[in-house]
Amino acid sequence: MSTFISYTLEGLFTGAAYAIAASGLVLTYSTTRVFNIAHGAVGMVFGFLYWDFSVKQGLPVWFSLILVLLVVAPLLGVFFQRVLTRGLGSAPIGVSLVVTVGMLVALIGVAQQIWSTEDARVLPEFFVGKSISIGDDINLSYHRAITIVLSGIVAAGLYVLLTRTRVGTAMRASVDNPDLLELYGGKPKTVAALSWAVGTSLGALSGILLAPIVGLEYFGLTLLVISAYAAAMLGKLTSLPLTYVGALLLGLASSYLVGYLQYLPGDKYLTGLPAVVPALFLALILVLLPQAPLRIGQVKGLVAAPVPSLTKSLGWGAGLLVVVFVASSGMSNANLLLVGTAATYGIVMLSLVLLTGYGGVVSLAQFTFAGVGAIAYCKIDQPNLFGLLLVVLISAGVGALVAFPVLRLTGLYLALATLAFAQLMEKLIFVQPFAFEFANLLQAKRLSILGYQFNTNRQYVVMMAVFFVLVAVLVLALRRGPLGRILIAMRDSQAACGTLGLDQRWFRVALFAGSAGIAGLGGALFAGLRQAVGSADFIYFQSLLLLLFAVIWGVTSVTGALLGGVFMMYLPEAQATYPDVAGLLFVLIGIGAVVIGRDPNGLANKLFGFPRWIQTTVYPFLAGRYPGLALKSREPRAAEDEDEPIAPGPVETNQEVDSDAVAAR
Amino acid sequence: MPLLHVDDVVVQFGGVTAVNHANFQVEAGTITGLIGPNGAGKTTTFNVVTGLQTPTSGRVMFDGKNINRLPVNRRSKRGIGRTFQRLEAFGSLTVADNVRVALDIKRGLRGMFASTGNQVHDLLELVGISSYAGDRADSIPTGTARLLELARALACEPRLLLLDEPSSGLDESETEDFGRLLQKLAGEGVTILMVEHDMDLVMSVCNEIHVLDFGSIIAYGTPAEIRENPVVQKAYLGYSDEGPVDPDGPTNDSNHDTAVLDAVTEGAAQ
Repeated sequence: MSTFISYTLEGLFTGAAYAIAASGLVLTYSTTRVFNIAHGAVGMVFGFLYWDFSVKQGLPVWFSLILVLLVVAPLLGVFFQRVLTRGLGSAPIGVSLVVTVGMLVALIGVAQQIWSTEDARVLPEFFVGKSISIGDDINLSYHRAITIVLSGIVAAGLYVLLTRTRVGTAMRASVDNPDLLELYGGKPKTVAALSWAVGTSLGALSGILLAPIVGLEYFGLTLLVISAYAAAMLGKLTSLPLTYVGALLLGLASSYLVGYLQYLPGDKYLTGLPAVVPALFLALILVLLPQAPLRIGQVKGLVAAPVPSLTKSLGWGAGLLVVVFVASSGMSNANLLLVGTAATYGIVMLSLVLLTGYGGVVSLAQFTFAGVGAIAYCKIDQPNLFGLLLVVLISAGVGALVAFPVLRLTGLYLALATLAFAQLMEKLIFVQPFAFEFANLLQAKRLSILGYQFNTNRQYVVMMAVFFVLVAVLVLALRRGPLGRILIAMRDSQAACGTLGLDQRWFRVALFAGSAGIAGLGGALFAGLRQAVGSADFIYFQSLLLLLFAVIWGVTSVTGALLGGVFMMYLPEAQATYPDVAGLLFVLIGIGAVVIGRDPNGLANKLFGFPRWIQTTVYPFLAGRYPGLALKSREPRAAEDEDEPIAPGPVETNQEVDSDAVAAR
Repeated sequence: MPLLHVDDVVVQFGGVTAVNHANFQVEAGTITGLIGPNGAGKTTTFNVVTGLQTPTSGRVMFDGKNINRLPVNRRSKRGIGRTFQRLEAFGSLTVADNVRVALDIKRGLRGMFASTGNQVHDLLELVGISSYAGDRADSIPTGTARLLELARALACEPRLLLLDEPSSGLDESETEDFGRLLQKLAGEGVTILMVEHDMDLVMSVCNEIHVLDFGSIIAYGTPAEIRENPVVQKAYLGYSDEGPVDPDGPTNDSNHDTAVLDAVTEGAAQ
């Protein structure tokens, strides 16, 4: 009995901490309609900051708390709302996801930059060593008791704020119609900033409360927010009471599982289970959510990147292959592996071009699919085209399995489902004996095609480049054809597609499956390249980075995938070369995504406009200066022509990539 | 048997009743008008018929069968097509591709890779916007985009076509052409149900008109009967006494209400 009470108290403690985090998330979402994926990273950073103030600099605990919770965190919250996420509530869900994922990565970078990865830190509990005795052998530490009490105070405080104060009324009105609120003399901007200040402060508080128990660690604390998502989802991201119920249920479920897992059948395969309770809970709630109605009211202002013709894409593909072939001769093995890695990332990014760029669906689990492909490749042990085909089919099947239960969901919920899936796979499936089995490396053979074996690194890398080009040509062909048109149509107006007779659910499953298949192919080729792969190659954080790189370079074009792949490969290299600024590089990428994320065409599209700019601006200028040059200048073209395949395809970009790749070496 | 029977449909959003026991029928091969002031529940009714909105109670019968449980796309396959009051053109596709997508969806996975021949051009020609074929759909004028939505809906060869304020954005002569087009379509057997504020158009092309007010049908009949109907007059004159009051908030279309009012009072004066 006493063990049961102990586990219950432990569960109440974690539940209370989750509840504090989740209520901050609900507050910001319900007033601004921006779902802050970085909420956990906020808790993590402030856990570190509080440690810095109270332990490293030795400030009194109460003073550190005031500094963190009442000064820095609210200021950061206002900064988030006013500068980074302003106006995202009405933007496509993909944009607000990208921006907040960018914030998450930037915050991890900030933490790694300021508090270096090598030092060990311990954040003591409040009133360390003191505890309340309940009965003979149950002790509840002051820290845990305080947390439970605090969650009650936060709940009561939020209730009073929202129902008994003018600001609270304005907050609730702001949810329904910020424009109308402004007309009636309210200040929706102030209200939004205030709710982010309070929400960020609550995220910080949960980080400070949890850090002494789970440890001050960048990724662990950041991911704890999944628990907060799950709890908040029970209240559909808007109901605070249901969020509290969800948080407490989650805390108790995790705690009981830790305590009583040994009594479950097959427990030795389930050691990862307590850690994924929130992800399971989230997946379950998402599956049980009612059908999302088709969105009426189209998203405007999506200017698609130009789609090159088949001849053009083949031509530039061949150009890329020639460059890779020439550049790879005489390259060191280490550098060849890097080029191969870039090709892998490029292929996985192509899966995102199809899914997110064309289909408008955001996935936070592409590297999980790549991991599935890698495992399948190693386990099937058929390093030939047939084996590769099986790998693609298996990955596509897993993709369909993910999409199938969440068929009815769209946008944010679908993206969160993929995040939950990535967590489940990482903690529950990849660690199984049939997969990577904890830190084991799986051995893989080099691929052979029609009897020709790609033994040397150079042969293999050129072969990977061929695969990249083939997949890119395939993706582009798909985009030009009827299926691609339907994908774009679905992105533009779901309601219209529905009334034209399109069953979008199956289309979306097929889209997910196709995308997962491509990612799986990337994973398999990567396994063959490295000849040994482990679960660390396919962690969820990679999927977040992938999304950011894809968006920065342009998730709507194949060129964007190529450039994104090269830069993503270069990131860890750069961090290893310049360890002093390793964290700053994450910050740079995060900020880049925040800035560029609002235009999904990214930097690649800017490059497409470059020759036109030369012809419309530079040529006339030069022609005016030097009439003898006889330059052909072109009239500025109307914006309607964007979709025409006249614009140069992945032309100069291929060359760009290459110079970048060379620079990377 | 009527082609469409909206049977005692109720739609509530929270505490607001948008459609209140609406009950009306549309006969095959006719052009039927659905008129009423803003906020009367016209678009919500369309959403219920096409499946975008689940009714709180009541049912929709199409061709004698209850289609309440059919999803949006299956209703389209049965022959219900529509246009939207708030435009739902595929903004990043060209005008021609908008229609092509509709044809592709209609032909299914096996048919969509075959050539569409002249079908796209013919449909654009039919509604009179073929000169815009290569333009991006988000760059064309509103009236043209409404015609594009019509062409797109026609690509699916609907038996029942729901048009939500199709003539707004068209000038007078374009509206006249549009009226002739509607009559041509009806002559070819397409049944049309139309929400429209242009009373001249409604009175000239509709065989029958249903008047919706506060979510309920308050009158129906031929255009001439509607003009004479005292209930309709009272409903609209009642509005005129208290100014353009709209239950769902401020209105942008008060001029349309005035147009309705003019048409009805004109009828009363005759």
